[in-house]
Amino acid sequence: MFALAFAGLATTTAAQQTGSNDRRIVVASKPFGESFILAEMFAQLLEARGFGVTRRPGMGATEVAFSALRTNGIDVYPEYTGTGLIAILHAAPETDPSAVFGHVSKEFASRFGVRWLPPLGFENTYAIAVRRKTAEQYKLKSLSDLALVSPNLSAGLTADFIGRKDGLPGLQSAYGLKFKQVRPLAQAVKYQALSSGAVDVIDGYSTDGFIARYDLVVLTDDRRFFPPYEAAALVSPRMQKELPGAIAALTELSGRIDVASMRKLNARLEVGGEPVGQVASSELQALGLLGGAAKPSQISTGRQSLASYMWSARSSLWDALVRHILLVLAAVVTGVIVAVPLGLMLEQVPRAAEPVIRGAGVLQTIPSIALLAFMVPLIGVGVWPALVALWLYSLYPIVRTTYSGVRDADPQAVYTARALGMTPRQVLRYVRLPLAAPSILAGVRTAAVIAVGTATLAAFIGAGGLGEPIATGLALADTRLILSGAIPAAALALIVDALLGMVETATTPAPLRHAKSERSRENTVRKG
Amino acid sequence: MADAQRMTNDGHAIELTLSGLTKTYGSHRALDGASLSVEAGECVAVVGESGSGKTTMLRCINRMVDPDSGTVAIDGHDVRDTDATTLRRSLGYVPQDGGLMPHWRIVRNVALVPWLNGMRDADERATNALRVVGLDPDELGSRWPHELSGGQRQRVAIARALAASQSCLLLDEPFGALDAITRSELQRQFKKIRAESRVTAVLVTHDLREAMFLSDRIAVMHNGRIEQVATPSDLRATPATPYVAELLSHVSEQ
Repeated sequence: MFALAFAGLATTTAAQQTGSNDRRIVVASKPFGESFILAEMFAQLLEARGFGVTRRPGMGATEVAFSALRTNGIDVYPEYTGTGLIAILHAAPETDPSAVFGHVSKEFASRFGVRWLPPLGFENTYAIAVRRKTAEQYKLKSLSDLALVSPNLSAGLTADFIGRKDGLPGLQSAYGLKFKQVRPLAQAVKYQALSSGAVDVIDGYSTDGFIARYDLVVLTDDRRFFPPYEAAALVSPRMQKELPGAIAALTELSGRIDVASMRKLNARLEVGGEPVGQVASSELQALGLLGGAAKPSQISTGRQSLASYMWSARSSLWDALVRHILLVLAAVVTGVIVAVPLGLMLEQVPRAAEPVIRGAGVLQTIPSIALLAFMVPLIGVGVWPALVALWLYSLYPIVRTTYSGVRDADPQAVYTARALGMTPRQVLRYVRLPLAAPSILAGVRTAAVIAVGTATLAAFIGAGGLGEPIATGLALADTRLILSGAIPAAALALIVDALLGMVETATTPAPLRHAKSERSRENTVRKG
Repeated sequence: MADAQRMTNDGHAIELTLSGLTKTYGSHRALDGASLSVEAGECVAVVGESGSGKTTMLRCINRMVDPDSGTVAIDGHDVRDTDATTLRRSLGYVPQDGGLMPHWRIVRNVALVPWLNGMRDADERATNALRVVGLDPDELGSRWPHELSGGQRQRVAIARALAASQSCLLLDEPFGALDAITRSELQRQFKKIRAESRVTAVLVTHDLREAMFLSDRIAVMHNGRIEQVATPSDLRATPATPYVAELLSHVSEQ
């Protein structure tokens, strides 16, 4: 079963990354609507020009996507010059768009071997937005106006924005803003939070499709704090070397998309719920870049009910489910292979036990998304880093239960086994391990259920699985899409738990089950 | 019963010599120069209150405890010259609560030492040993330990200590946790087995009455030393120390 899991993952991975000659171009995006549309346009354009394409939509955040590109894990994704300047190069903000483009082009080429294609033609800068009512109440037009009343207002900002130098910290010092409260909010809930009044100010994007939908007012950046964010395709070192034709194809889009048309495209996807493939292909056709019928992407956000959506997407959901199961299986099986012997070893060296188990526990407290992002520069993107992260998470529960199960195995039986002449190895194999089996299995069960949940986050580094519809749904604020991944994931967790529970009961010899119930009965009596 | 004799015929009764054993745990002196000789085929009961060092002394014999100083010799050979596991497989051991492997059926439990010794007839030996202690192997052999009564479990533990024709029995309060009726039943059974097999035995107990009933000689232990070693009647007639006298007075009061 284990070999199957690896074989399964290997083939799906191989299908996405075939040999360098006939290599498919990996087109990725960051997890928000505009990035999805642009990436889908890149993909369709490349396909129309005869290139094989693999889509990796919705990858992590800037750091994840960029490290993947730099290490040739992906080949192209849409990025913004200002982001390149500040988030990646950590350079001081500049205000002239062409100066910024020149700066990043030069630096990226020399430092990373990564190439910026000529900009697509529009800027998508940060926009600070408030409800129309708030704007009227305080007579807000610009960020300078906002600074005067900011102590009365609470802000809901994306975590990314709160942390970046060109985000909240810079904005605060440029305008003297001081909000009553700053809450980190996910992209998906920001607009609802603002319109419901839970927060008064949010960060958005100037091309945002939601600004019109929620009737928001964008405050002007009167001190020109935000640097220019021109959108452009960012291309991997390998693609430059191996596929100059693909670069020529992508350059056809340069200078062809203006702010107004981008905002319309975003609105069609995010407000109108049109499938991203359709939005991209109709725009490519309108630009005269696409002749025949477009091959739409699987991301569909048509206004169907959840059930009919899930039915229509059943084949891709099924693939995601299978991939999810393979990820979990491979991670947990390798976890068992390492953690059980480790737990046994620790029992022999009790002094090392606490530090090692505590170390594994600390590993467990690293937020999954952080651990996954941490893997990218080390191992790249896709299945492997996700497997390593899931494997690391599986260690703690299994090591701990193995160690405590073996340590606490019926002490009288263990002592007598020694006194009758069993060697330490025999005691372990014939007495401690069988007596600890139920405890070890309980740890494996915990690890498996955790892995099912954590594996949903693996989509952020391009490992696929049921997290893919969840990540896309979060990016597009599409609850139905989120649920189409979350419901099968939850069901899978329950099934895995129930199955391993049955295995636990089946492999526990009758006398141990008896001993357990007797012990709990004794405890109850004592407590009573 | 011929069975009991057959069990021990291929082994031979050994003689034990414990001399000048000391053992200290932190500041507690568990053994303080304890010496004791047990002749081949003899049963010596070691009597004392808890903390007197009697269990520690027993554990020095099968090297579950190594003394700080002093020696244990079997038939004149220092036990430290023998590999600990080999030594233990030659000595039967019966702990207070049976110490059965909860995940093994009764026959497998009893066959433990013959199996460790690689004896081909391990199961047959186990079956015989069960009969020796008065249990029906057909009825109980395939049961789990938890399905047996406390007395039956203790009989199984004794059977296990006999099944490999061990040359000596080390019994650590073997009847201490049983109810009065079961205890006296098992004591009688044990006396019978001993009468037939004449296996060397060291019985640790806090019960002087039990010691008098079961053993050839009694060693009274107090604060890590042997106060007196004597036959039950000699002990009763001439207690060597005030402590022994006091111990005897409790028995007669009852």
